[in-house]
Amino acid sequence: MSETVIKVDNVSKTFLLPHEKRNSIKSTVVNVFKKHDGAIEVQNALSDISFEIKKGEFFGILGRNGSGKSTLLKILAEIYKPTSGNVSVTGKLVPFIELGVGFNPELTGKENVYLNGALLGFSKREIDARYDDIVSFAELENFMDQRLKNYSSGMQVRLAFSVATRADADILLIDEVLAVGDADFQRKCFEYFKSLKKMKKTVVFVSHDMSAIREFCDKAILIEKSKKIKEGSADKVASEYSRLFLDIDDETRKDQTNERWGDKRAEFTSVKITSPKLLNDKSTHLSFSAQFIANQDIDTLVTGSSISNAAGVEICGTNTQHKRQKIEDIKKGETVTVNWEYPNIFSDGTHVINVTLHGPNSEGVADWWEAAGSFNVRREEKSPFPASPDIKLQLVR
Amino acid sequence: MQSKFYKKYRYSLILLRELVVTEFRLRYQGSVLGYLWSVLRPLFLFVILYLVFVYFLKIGSGVPHWPVALLLGIVLWNFFSEVTNNGVTSIVNRGDVIRKINFPKYVIVLAGSVSALINLAINLVVIGVFMIINGVQLTWLAFAAPFFVLEIFALALGLAFFLSAAFVKIRDINYIWEVIMQGLFYASAIIYPVSMVIDRSSQLAQLLLLNPIAQAVQDIRYVLISRANPTLLTLSDGNLFIWLIPIVLTLLILFIGARQFKLRSPYFAEEV
Repeated sequence: MSETVIKVDNVSKTFLLPHEKRNSIKSTVVNVFKKHDGAIEVQNALSDISFEIKKGEFFGILGRNGSGKSTLLKILAEIYKPTSGNVSVTGKLVPFIELGVGFNPELTGKENVYLNGALLGFSKREIDARYDDIVSFAELENFMDQRLKNYSSGMQVRLAFSVATRADADILLIDEVLAVGDADFQRKCFEYFKSLKKMKKTVVFVSHDMSAIREFCDKAILIEKSKKIKEGSADKVASEYSRLFLDIDDETRKDQTNERWGDKRAEFTSVKITSPKLLNDKSTHLSFSAQFIANQDIDTLVTGSSISNAAGVEICGTNTQHKRQKIEDIKKGETVTVNWEYPNIFSDGTHVINVTLHGPNSEGVADWWEAAGSFNVRREEKSPFPASPDIKLQLVR
Repeated sequence: MQSKFYKKYRYSLILLRELVVTEFRLRYQGSVLGYLWSVLRPLFLFVILYLVFVYFLKIGSGVPHWPVALLLGIVLWNFFSEVTNNGVTSIVNRGDVIRKINFPKYVIVLAGSVSALINLAINLVVIGVFMIINGVQLTWLAFAAPFFVLEIFALALGLAFFLSAAFVKIRDINYIWEVIMQGLFYASAIIYPVSMVIDRSSQLAQLLLLNPIAQAVQDIRYVLISRANPTLLTLSDGNLFIWLIPIVLTLLILFIGARQFKLRSPYFAEEV
């Protein structure tokens, strides 16, 4: 139907990582004599990726941290050269891997607009024509002759975003890092995305946040461990993505010690979700039970739990101390089960359950277990906010 | 035709312009005298060298207008060293931008050299004033001077391309280049007249002038200031082939430098 604007053909990328950085002549000379020192590690960042993006599509690239999605974005932006394979792009492509590329703190806001604009391909005359527009959108009319180093970080982001939104490209590459900043800025970002969609621009959007992908993208691919494992509608790919998290659920999560630590004078034996693992608009609550065992006699213990979303934002939580519940005089070998019930206030997306076990006032951690379990929330209303409690509104006119 | 050229290099030209402007803005930011320093710096160096070498050691007293020739040499040398020294670290210094966006990398090196060119132009105006004060008679030969300035520029640019690409991988390059520059300074007949070398041996003077910088500086002194400045051409009795050696060497360095840069530039983003 419509034409293909980006075609990715069997693209692979490997990085050679020397374990000992050989950046000086001395080490190079010394190492010439031991040719096969095997110190170079070959890292496959991407292997054999192929897909096509059609004109006017909002295309998502979904993947966990370290899956290779950012490398793919950099290859699309021609920042990296693929080790093998081919990428062809038709039309003017503008990448937003970071806002305010080339911003210099010693220059004034005005000078930075021109510099950043030049990097995005604007001539001086083109910026001249847009300048007032950029400044008023950033709401920085009185600050443009001040040096950037005197700006707050929020002002810098606003200025950079304002320049970026004026880029009239055919294709935009947007990294998820754009969606940082305060809630007000995030709202602006989302509005901008929506306007891009209305203008039928081709957009490639990289994220690990499946609710964002589901909201904006028509099509998506899922990258996992450097390979493309799913391609299709954004909804399908997003649910496949959430399955990635469920796959390593419950029992296997115990082995992932990097998310779990403590002195183990008492430790969790299981965290079981007792309500359905998929919550929807009709679900009223999430419930789970956490069981722990004391490995020695303990005077007082406090146990808590919290819920985080896929972006790592802790949404809510509490513990027995806040709730004025006491767990005292626990004997060695004794098991305690805590049944938790959270109201369903969660936004669309994957969430994880964190459980903690420690002394009073969070001192002396016995067992701190992040992402001990996970569940999904599917909502009709997509919200940019981390929580979606049932908000009532009434129109009076 | 022109629009086709403009279309192809539009992005590069926009970037080049903006980077040159930025560099010029940043260079003397916060200093009271500002741009004046680009004139004052070589002038102060000139005063020191003049006092030591001309006034006390009496070097170059036989050469007409030697102080002007000395200042001219210093200004040209400063231009050469500015282009190469800025060049070496230019790519690495822009690493943050290179990792975020794709653009023609040669623009970075070019931008550094253009701001050095602007500096040179300002300094040449000062030299013009000195020439008038000193009573130097200009002839039609002066029109040949830009050609030799271009030669120095080409040589410096070729080296800057080569060094900046190499510096991404080998971080010793800037120290090595510092040492080479110190040697090159004395091998380029900047602070002493070539006639001093001819007094020792004419062959040695010819060998010295095979160095493109020495050759170009002497040629510029010859065409601008005084015929008493020996050049490679006058020393070799007008042998054009010998005179071509440093020119060919310059073009070769420019070619190798640009080629090496072009080969390496796709990998700057991951190596820098």
